[in-house]
Amino acid sequence: MKPLAWAYLALAYVFIFLPVAVLVVFSFQDGRLPVPPLQGLSLRWYEKVLSDGDLMTALGHSALVAVISSALALTLGFLAAHALARVHLPGSAVMRGLLIAPMTVSYLIIALGLLALFSQTGVRLSLWTAGIGHVVINLPLCFAISFAAMGDHQQAAERAARDLGASEAQVLWHVSAPMLAPALAAAFFLSVTFSWDEFIIAFLLTRFDVTLPVEIWSMLKSGLSPATNAVGSLVFLVSVTLVVILELTTFRKGRA
Amino acid sequence: MTADVTILHVSQHYAATTALDDVSLTVAAGEFVVLLGPSGCGKTTLLNLIGGFAEPSAGQILIGGRDMAGVAPAARPTTTVFQDYALFPHMTLAENVAFGLRMRGMGRDERRARAQEMLALVGLPGGDDRRPHELSGGQRQRVALARALAVWPDVLLLDEPLGALDLKLRRAMQDELKAIQRRVGTTFIHVTHDQEEAMAIADRIVVMNQGRIADLGPPRDVYLQPKTLFSAEFMGEINKIPVHAGHSPLGASVPGTGMLCIRPEAIGPTGSLPLGPARLLDAAFFGTHVRARYAPLARPDWVLTVHLPQTARPEPDSVAELYAQSYVLLET
Amino acid sequence: MATLAARERRLGWGLIAPALVWTAAFFLLPFAAMLALSFAHMEGRAIVSGLSLDNYARALGDPTMLKALVNSLEITAIVTLVSVLLAWPLAATIAWTIPPRLQRLALLLAVLPFWTSYVVRSYSWLLVLGKNGVLNKALIGAGLLGEPLQLASTRSATVIGFVHFFVMLLTLTIYANLVQLSPNYARAAADLGASRLRVLWHVILPLTLPGILTGAFLTFVLCIGDYITPQILGGNTELTLPQLIMLQLQRSGNFPLASALSVVLMAVVTLAYAAVARWIRLDRL
Repeated sequence: MKPLAWAYLALAYVFIFLPVAVLVVFSFQDGRLPVPPLQGLSLRWYEKVLSDGDLMTALGHSALVAVISSALALTLGFLAAHALARVHLPGSAVMRGLLIAPMTVSYLIIALGLLALFSQTGVRLSLWTAGIGHVVINLPLCFAISFAAMGDHQQAAERAARDLGASEAQVLWHVSAPMLAPALAAAFFLSVTFSWDEFIIAFLLTRFDVTLPVEIWSMLKSGLSPATNAVGSLVFLVSVTLVVILELTTFRKGRA
Repeated sequence: MTADVTILHVSQHYAATTALDDVSLTVAAGEFVVLLGPSGCGKTTLLNLIGGFAEPSAGQILIGGRDMAGVAPAARPTTTVFQDYALFPHMTLAENVAFGLRMRGMGRDERRARAQEMLALVGLPGGDDRRPHELSGGQRQRVALARALAVWPDVLLLDEPLGALDLKLRRAMQDELKAIQRRVGTTFIHVTHDQEEAMAIADRIVVMNQGRIADLGPPRDVYLQPKTLFSAEFMGEINKIPVHAGHSPLGASVPGTGMLCIRPEAIGPTGSLPLGPARLLDAAFFGTHVRARYAPLARPDWVLTVHLPQTARPEPDSVAELYAQSYVLLET
Repeated sequence: MATLAARERRLGWGLIAPALVWTAAFFLLPFAAMLALSFAHMEGRAIVSGLSLDNYARALGDPTMLKALVNSLEITAIVTLVSVLLAWPLAATIAWTIPPRLQRLALLLAVLPFWTSYVVRSYSWLLVLGKNGVLNKALIGAGLLGEPLQLASTRSATVIGFVHFFVMLLTLTIYANLVQLSPNYARAAADLGASRLRVLWHVILPLTLPGILTGAFLTFVLCIGDYITPQILGGNTELTLPQLIMLQLQRSGNFPLASALSVVLMAVVTLAYAAVARWIRLDRL
């Protein structure tokens, strides 16, 4: 049983890491095509990518849209979760369902719907419209994570704070948010990575200013290139760094 | 700093149940009142209504003569020590204690000084930079008390604050609680299900049962002269002998009809009310007394529990004449 | 004077209102706009609103369009099945073979490529599966192949790309379910004389069904609605529904037809959700 299990594990890891390994290895290709044979190691594709104005602008756009849309999604989701956890409102089950609903709908449909709405109301496409779409997809996530994190312990502390004269805003700021910090940080970082990586909404809802995945998409149209490998490797590095930071800080603390 | 509390015809109904049924009670300023009763008797509901965490279905609550209808917990001159303490885990002890002052806009230095003072009052001087998880249960309880008292409440509400402590610590904290209350002079309304705790700290005990007040008065009166059978039984062990028109199967003659209630320590070889001869069933040494169980010869199927002096050594199967020294006759 | 309860409720509404308004304005309203558009039709390059069912007739009647729906369903079914079959043993191996203190690390590693850019991940598979890709070169180099295999721009490539992504997702959900199980279930079953295989089949597998179902549903939703993976890896040899929708939108500029196709896609997902939701409820009884 044991050797079989280890063999399966090894094969699974090879399968999972194969494309990433190929991506990273051939980003150092000293040649024009990111396929074997490896003609030598070079950093020139990284130089090319880092000096590519369009690409760097798109990266900046992505970061901006990711951070702002995630902050908004988290704020809206957290306040809604707080309301549902604290006050008995009529129809709370229906509202919970509505807030979660976008999670079960394909991004493509959300994007098309927003495109239909914006084109019918004459809203010009921009990073803002893409950001709106990203809030739509991340709001359910932020809401669900916040709602799941709220428990008796923190509700008791909120009650005590209110008893000691805190206004609702003070309760949220001084007690609820700090006590839920690990969950809120997790929701924020997940939202950032989802928004940062999101393609179809950004593709359909932006026009002149685009985000990184859209820019990469247009790079793909000109065929295989080690430059694409270099961008992909850089994006991977950024995401992995975020995940590792999250794992080492928030999740570990959350479990302690 | 202190205020009286008046509760007028307060009822609280939830869907199908009645948590409080037309309760009226007056608590004097500076009084230490204990609401005592089994779980579900309505004592915590009453405390929540005073604190403003719920509103009564009917009736009125006045604090210092002011009607509290529609007043939020934050705006009431009350603070609460919660059962689970509800300390803020992300704040130091000093920050916890100063929280209410900060919400009132008090300056940092003033806040700090008041927090120190409060921590000293509850016996936790220094070490205020620690966080709640570093403390023992008893210490947390003290911090919760300091936090609630720091904002100069007129009325302090305590929701089973000693419930989570072990017995020894609980008895020690009772004495301190009482001393602190004497020092600050604030009205304390304290909820518990432990009648020994109630007797140890209360100026007045309010015994509650099924949403009503079953008895109230100083501990001595409630224990020795209970007004209801429920109160008599809840305050401690008691022997009950039915009396009908002045007669009981044991021959005891007390005018009236009802249940003759006698505490175990009020029975002995002498007394004003003869209970007839009884045979010793068994006896056990309890440290402060000897707990003996007798079967009256007139009704051998009954058992009378008697607390004999520490030095007593009753013979097995011996027969003794028993008398009651004090008793009450209660309606059933 | 407002009662405390009424004030509480007003506060609650105030807190939840922004999220509700947002969801209504940018989720429900857009869907309504798309739905309305699906009943419109094209006159030349202009969209004329109306109440015509022509788009739906085309979406479900036109053989190429119906084929796209069938392709999507087939690929999604294959991907979901294969991903579950690969992910379950992986999650189980991590949960049972790897020492507990290394499990979190193993899991983190197993899903690390999850965090690569979605577009880049499909592109990476192109590097592996392409005519001059790593796999062909390796097989030819080892003398196992004379001619390179046509792997890219096939359904297999799409499936491999999808499976890669969803194995990671499912491993997470199934692992989360597995570690919650008390080892005493298996011990009790073994104690009662069940063989290891029977313990697995009769005890462990049913207990991990919620995790499998959650993951499988997520897989289904994300897979059937994805445009990138089939576009990059499958190419235009056979179209999936999302590819067809994008084609109608971009090439033909036929937004009404694209909307109708999207409504069909959404209906399929909703049906799948209804099916799974019922299953889960039955499971709890």
